[in-house]
Amino acid sequence: MREPVHQSAWVVIFRRFSGNKMGVFGTVLILGLVFTAAFAPFLEPHSFKDQNIELMNAAPSQTHLLGTDEFGRDLLSRIIRGARISFVVGVLSVAISVVIGVFIGAIAGFYGGTVDVVLTTIADLTWSMPAILVALLLVAIIGPGLESVVLAIGLSYWAEFARLIRGQILSLKNATFIEATRTLGASDAVILFKHLIPNCISPIIVAATIGVGNAIVLEATLGFLGMGAQPPTPSWGAMMSSGTAYLFISPWVIIFPGIAMMLTVLGFNLFGDALIDILDVKNNDSAK
Amino acid sequence: MTFLKITDLAVEFTVNKKTVKPISGVSFEMKSGEVLGVVGETGSGKSLTAQAIMGLTPLVGGRVSGSIQFGDHDLLTLSNDQMQSIRGAEISYIPQNPMTSLDPVFRVGDQIIEGIRKHHKISKKQAKEQTLEMMAKLRIPSPERVYMQYPHQLSGGLKQRIVIAIGLITDPKLLIADEPTTALDVTVQAQIMHLFKEQLIVKGISLLLITHDLGVVAQVCDKVAVMYAGNIVEYGDIDVIFSNPKHPYTQALLACIPSMGMEKGSLAAISGNVPNAGNYPLGCRFHPRCPHIKPQCKTEVPLMQDVSNGTWTACHKYE
Amino acid sequence: MKNFLEVENLSVSFGVRGGLLLRQVGTIQAVNNVSFSVAKGEAVGVVGESGCGKSTLARLILRLIEPSSGRVVLNDTDILTLSKQELRAQRRHMQMVFQDPFSVMDPRYTIFESLSEPFKIRQIKHTADERLAKVNALLEMVDLSPMHGHSYPHQLSGGQKQRADIARALALSPEFLILDEPTAALDVSVQAQVINLLADLRKQLNLTFLFISHDLSLVSYFCDRVIVMYLGRIMEIVSAEDVGARPHHPYTKALTDNIFSTVPNKESQIPILEGEVPSPFNLPSGCVFASRCNKVQTLCREQSPVLTATPEGGEVACHYPLS
Repeated sequence: MREPVHQSAWVVIFRRFSGNKMGVFGTVLILGLVFTAAFAPFLEPHSFKDQNIELMNAAPSQTHLLGTDEFGRDLLSRIIRGARISFVVGVLSVAISVVIGVFIGAIAGFYGGTVDVVLTTIADLTWSMPAILVALLLVAIIGPGLESVVLAIGLSYWAEFARLIRGQILSLKNATFIEATRTLGASDAVILFKHLIPNCISPIIVAATIGVGNAIVLEATLGFLGMGAQPPTPSWGAMMSSGTAYLFISPWVIIFPGIAMMLTVLGFNLFGDALIDILDVKNNDSAK
Repeated sequence: MTFLKITDLAVEFTVNKKTVKPISGVSFEMKSGEVLGVVGETGSGKSLTAQAIMGLTPLVGGRVSGSIQFGDHDLLTLSNDQMQSIRGAEISYIPQNPMTSLDPVFRVGDQIIEGIRKHHKISKKQAKEQTLEMMAKLRIPSPERVYMQYPHQLSGGLKQRIVIAIGLITDPKLLIADEPTTALDVTVQAQIMHLFKEQLIVKGISLLLITHDLGVVAQVCDKVAVMYAGNIVEYGDIDVIFSNPKHPYTQALLACIPSMGMEKGSLAAISGNVPNAGNYPLGCRFHPRCPHIKPQCKTEVPLMQDVSNGTWTACHKYE
Repeated sequence: MKNFLEVENLSVSFGVRGGLLLRQVGTIQAVNNVSFSVAKGEAVGVVGESGCGKSTLARLILRLIEPSSGRVVLNDTDILTLSKQELRAQRRHMQMVFQDPFSVMDPRYTIFESLSEPFKIRQIKHTADERLAKVNALLEMVDLSPMHGHSYPHQLSGGQKQRADIARALALSPEFLILDEPTAALDVSVQAQVINLLADLRKQLNLTFLFISHDLSLVSYFCDRVIVMYLGRIMEIVSAEDVGARPHHPYTKALTDNIFSTVPNKESQIPILEGEVPSPFNLPSGCVFASRCNKVQTLCREQSPVLTATPEGGEVACHYPLS
């Protein structure tokens, strides 16, 4: 009798992942973001709120390593705090999108027919509506702020996940083990939540990871347009926005938040790309 | 007249620093006009043997050794270009699963023509004529119409006939067919094997038939090579081997095939599982499952012995 | 004695959509007016080639597909009139063993977890120890070990997965088991193991089987009676002993003639059945087998034959049955 070699899936993924240099780099960047966000109050050399009019638009110096903004607030501290905003907004909005998207997409794919047509149409309509418009609408209703931004992104981005999982479920729902579970008397809910969705989740994880990067950019865009975090809350987008007026005087006010954002998005994208490679390989490898 | 002689064919792969030898010591020969069946279960190495003869073994970390004497050449000494000119012209290959071996974006007629025109300098019109003739011989209904169709428009049986047409049309000396009728209905299978055999005889083509189906082998082949775990365990004349199999594996295999009128409860199973290439047992590879095991079997690899009437078997019982 | 399973005039047709607007372009009568019965403890085989409807029939009986018309009565319960909830409860009495061992288990769960699922679905409460004991007992019943229980599907061979599927089907102690080509994807030696296992289980647990297969030799070996189907209809119902020696329907005879036996016989001329299975759309009137039958006559093309009794106790649907 052949001995089955049992290697936990996570061990296999971890081992493969550590071989992928880009992915490791991406992870490092993300961890950097998380660390900064978590320990912001301890990391910032000054308070992000402290204004110091005398030092406004000061160039990088020893006291203010990255310079100051137009209110004399320390840029480095604001960027560090901004990490929190970016991270929270990014993760929360994608979480909302994933929950809505997976639920709707799974139901559309599973039941098919009219239900599918209706839900897919709604998804397509949502997808074609730019998040900016949705944000404007929300701002009009509940006022500007991070809540509007998170909701706006969450409510317009879910269509991507819905489409992804719908496709997966369409192809998997006729698999033999699904039929077997149905024959045992399982309800639709059990089949959907215990068998179909878990087996379709890999592409969702990958898309979600890359989505966090997109959400952060989107938040910056909305912030740039003045719809996101309100002062004095430091959002990288808002910082860049107010900094445009001083582009030729103190360009660092735009450059440094921009670099921070670039590194963050890069980190998520590299991580997501590495995940794609690895999850594919694992699937191919584990088939005997 | 022997025109194909395979001696000690072996294929080795090195993957992740581990070396496995899925087939080794494979030796057999074919005379012209003969039909030889290479039969075995999954993991026996029969498909790999066919691929090795065609020079189509997966290249990554693979090494083929031994000799494949075909006419005047040892195929293993030929360059890729030289093999290219032999493939299709002198040795044709019909791969498993016609569903995937036909290109879905080309009409089937064009796919057959492509085969001929690569190796024979004839006009498109002539090639088309030959194709339609071949299709008629394989009893394809309305050949003109089917010629213009795409693979997805054809039934499994028709697709298989097209694939066979591609194999036969260049008049190769040797045709290697890998499971040509596995996916087909029983009545269609009979039709196709009948027509196939007819054409082989008419054109004087030898057939190397790779299959797991012992019934097909018994009815269609002249000689058989039974493979187990990368080795040939029995080889020789069909009538002799099937009526009086010598190797315990061949005996067991024949005994576990249900037949009409068989007594209930008499189906014999072989205990255990086929070992995979990384874990071949020492000595005789069948010994863990063999009912006639002797101490010698666990350590010594049995060699092929002539056991009478032109059959050979690799088993310590007959030494 | 009342029959364990009664199938009466069971039919189902599927609309097929095609063209740019996906309009309904035709219907396929996948199963047409099928009637037969199975006694308790019997093993009945259903044999036919592609398009004959045997797999669809299996799913109709278990009501995994809704029929267009007909009745299915299992152990005095009319399956087709049950509510969704009652049907789910009824499922414990009738289970299926599936064809494709490679996707028959959820790849993300261990065999143990997959085998525990029937109990969870039926909300049968066990302590952890009880559950473990139950699952191990099931594994043992199919000649697997607890170590196989800890494995994932991709770590097992085809034969082992098939046996795990049988164990799962038996978890709730059903009385009736439909086997849909259970060994089609397996090597011949592995098939023999699984068939012998099924024969043992049949005796041990007094199971009633419906065995779907394209392999007539296998079915005649394992089953007591054989139902031969073609294009959705029953052509013949015959005992396993008689199917080879005394078939009454020309199609049954064609199937037996076309078996490649392992007794070499180069001289024999296999009587070839011409043509292929016609398209299930727009079936001509009359007998569905008329286009390929070598005994066809005018009546065959006009009138569809009905099942009538044969001297040996079987049934045949043919205007000119072989005697």
